[in-house]
Amino acid sequence: MLRLTAKHLFWLKALFHLLGLVPIVYLVLTVVLGRAGGDPVQHIIHYTGIGALNALAATLLISPIAKLTKQGQLMQTRRLVGLYVFAYATLHILAFFSLDLLFAWELLFSEVVKRPYILVGAVAYLIVTALAITSFKAVMRKMGRRWQTLHNGVYLVAILAPIHFYWSVKSEIIEPSLYIVGFSVLLLWRTPWLKRILSRKGMSKTVKKTTSGQEKASIKSA
Amino acid sequence: MAKHSRFTPGILKKAQWHMQDNRVTPEAVFRSRRQIVKAMGLGAIGASVPGYVQAGLFDLFGDQPKSSFITTPLTFQTNKQYGDADVLTPLDKVTQHNNFYEFGTDKQDPFNNAQGFKVDPWQLRIEGEVERPMTLDFNDLTKMFPLEERNYRLRCVEAWSMVIPWVGFPLAALLKKVGVTSKGKYVAFETAFDPEQMPGQKSRLMGGGIRYPYVEGLTIAEAMNDLTLMSVGLYGKTLPPQNGAPIRLVVPWKYGFKSIKSIVRIRVMDKQPPTSWNQLAPHEYGFYANVNPAVDHPRWSQASERRIGEGGLFSATRIDTQPFNGYGEFVASLYDGMDLRKNY
Repeated sequence: MLRLTAKHLFWLKALFHLLGLVPIVYLVLTVVLGRAGGDPVQHIIHYTGIGALNALAATLLISPIAKLTKQGQLMQTRRLVGLYVFAYATLHILAFFSLDLLFAWELLFSEVVKRPYILVGAVAYLIVTALAITSFKAVMRKMGRRWQTLHNGVYLVAILAPIHFYWSVKSEIIEPSLYIVGFSVLLLWRTPWLKRILSRKGMSKTVKKTTSGQEKASIKSA
Repeated sequence: MAKHSRFTPGILKKAQWHMQDNRVTPEAVFRSRRQIVKAMGLGAIGASVPGYVQAGLFDLFGDQPKSSFITTPLTFQTNKQYGDADVLTPLDKVTQHNNFYEFGTDKQDPFNNAQGFKVDPWQLRIEGEVERPMTLDFNDLTKMFPLEERNYRLRCVEAWSMVIPWVGFPLAALLKKVGVTSKGKYVAFETAFDPEQMPGQKSRLMGGGIRYPYVEGLTIAEAMNDLTLMSVGLYGKTLPPQNGAPIRLVVPWKYGFKSIKSIVRIRVMDKQPPTSWNQLAPHEYGFYANVNPAVDHPRWSQASERRIGEGGLFSATRIDTQPFNGYGEFVASLYDGMDLRKNY
């Protein structure tokens, strides 16, 4: 069976950086070239928000994939992807503050209080920031067991962020609903109840040989 | 509203080609933005990459956004009675930043999806509690009533705003022509329903969950107020489809969603008609929907607004929202004795 080598990991990380950066370059180009609409403020805020959600989904997919494929080294890429959640969320908030509120500090406070969905997003962002700050190896060692407790906060973010999205739209609820369903699946995947089903499946020889995609399907149907 | 007192009431005659200075500025700013892009060295980068890469970039972004719908110049008089002090929002922003869910929910969707919209032939039916029901054909829309140009502020319920030079005629002129009966207390409006041409009406994903056709309504007093305009054009030419061609309502003291687009039916009624956003979320969008900084949307503040600027993204300004969008001296009396918190 193929084992991921250091070289593989290097290229995988490079690929993840590319996947994280290309959308930003694309956004900047479309805006500068006038292809993002007459007043792309909402577009920029929405785009960076979706970017943060997608990066969060990717972060939460890494450990299930690592387990299913028995490639534990994949976990080494998780910090990188997680930091893109922080990067996109930061751009999202900067865009809101600079382009929508036009740097009005007093509004930042009153709007956060008046818009409950912003409050939900702000809490999620504070957690993500805490996770980003404590993502360094040295901090991780220093924090010991408390590090894991803190970083379980990512599950709270996975609940708050899609709610923030759903709550913010006027009527276009289909897309945010899909994110809520997607994150629910990623969270349920981690519950003991599903883990038991997963490990039972993993033990049976027939499933072991199938590809991960088919395996997923069989778990869903179980 | 001392702000308006310095304007001389009455219609000023002005030749159609006479452009105001502030109308020319945005175009210049727009051009200078292109210059900035060039100055930023993007042009140089473009020139230094091989031809096939340039071609690839073109494929990636498509052609320069362009409106293929043909608009034609209109003949009108300029009416400055309702204000002239605000800087106009440039044409490219007025036509490329629209809420018209029939063509998609993103702000640039209507521009991208509406260029093929057919407006001729068109029929606008006026019926209900009227003495002489009638149907206006495409040519009637711009020919039956004398047209005038008015610069109106447009305040969206999403807390952004523009200033647009509309061309049209007062709804009151149309209602007088058909003659409202004594039973006529409300006016209902309906947008065209054509899922083949309006993808948002075909797919729930594109149309944002609104029940189509889009419907709106006014009280008869609101409809008869001189501010209430049936618009057939902007910036001196007929309306582009994304702005509601060939005919739309403009009610500048109410949130933008009241100003229904591409109207096919006007029905004078004896009771309050259903309105689209009110049906979708009654606790968020009322029947009146008057611009009111004192009454917040349940999920966001309406105290201030982002006035879209004439230049780049940072040319926008945060300004305080005015009661009745600054048109209180003309319309506040319509709501005397009414609790505007209850009747939002």
